[in-house]
Amino acid sequence: MVDLVAKSPCDGLLPPEIAGLRLVEPAPQRLTSIAPLRGQETAVAESLGVTLPVPGQSAKAGGVELVWFGMGTYLALGEITTDLSGKAALTDQSDAWTVVELTGPRAEDVLARLAPVDFRLSQFAVGATARTEIAHMMGSITRLAQDRFRVMVFRSMAKTLVHDFTLAMEAVGARG
Amino acid sequence: MRLTCPICGERDRREFYYKGDAVAEHRPDPDAGEAAWDDYVHLRDNPAGVTRDLWYHEMGCNAWVVVTRNTLTHEVIETRLATGGGA
Repeated sequence: MVDLVAKSPCDGLLPPEIAGLRLVEPAPQRLTSIAPLRGQETAVAESLGVTLPVPGQSAKAGGVELVWFGMGTYLALGEITTDLSGKAALTDQSDAWTVVELTGPRAEDVLARLAPVDFRLSQFAVGATARTEIAHMMGSITRLAQDRFRVMVFRSMAKTLVHDFTLAMEAVGARG
Repeated sequence: MRLTCPICGERDRREFYYKGDAVAEHRPDPDAGEAAWDDYVHLRDNPAGVTRDLWYHEMGCNAWVVVTRNTLTHEVIETRLATGGGA
């Protein structure tokens, strides 16, 4: 019998702290995309007990975080226990994404080198989210705190993401 | 070049995929005849001036956007969602 070992996407890939910046992989959790069926947005929101976040925003619903994830789509981080059958199309995305968190006072400067979005706090507040290009990969960036961002790209691109982040962190550090 | 996605706001051109002339909004009737279909499938204007194209916000929200822009001045005049069709 083959003995399978569970590995997270960034297992063994993440660099040590660079220039006061840390790139860490949070404990994997359930990821589910929720696409409300036409005209069912309100019903979905009521079932989840949350106002669906407008484009570019995220929301908390009990123990679940709901992130706007593109046109008509939301990504739930955490276990969805509500029955949404007939109201929304749900897809398990747990194994599909690389999820990392960048923490540090100059996290904005690092992201500025990787994605064409204005990440200054005045433009991209805590809770703000964007679907954008991250070093040529399509992904999602959410501000979790003033100096902490969650970055997601497809799982198969974990190594590339870590590589590009490492370069960007070193470059920010080199500027002193 | 920056395009204003009706959903995401102003974004860099590299987030978008360029489809071409927004002819898909004016698909001929099935029995419109060979000339109309030949024009729809093959013939495109190459205007020096205002043009209307379809762009796909591929790296963003996945919206198809109809962009009216000027090829001489690079001015982006209008952007709107393709969803729902219309002129």
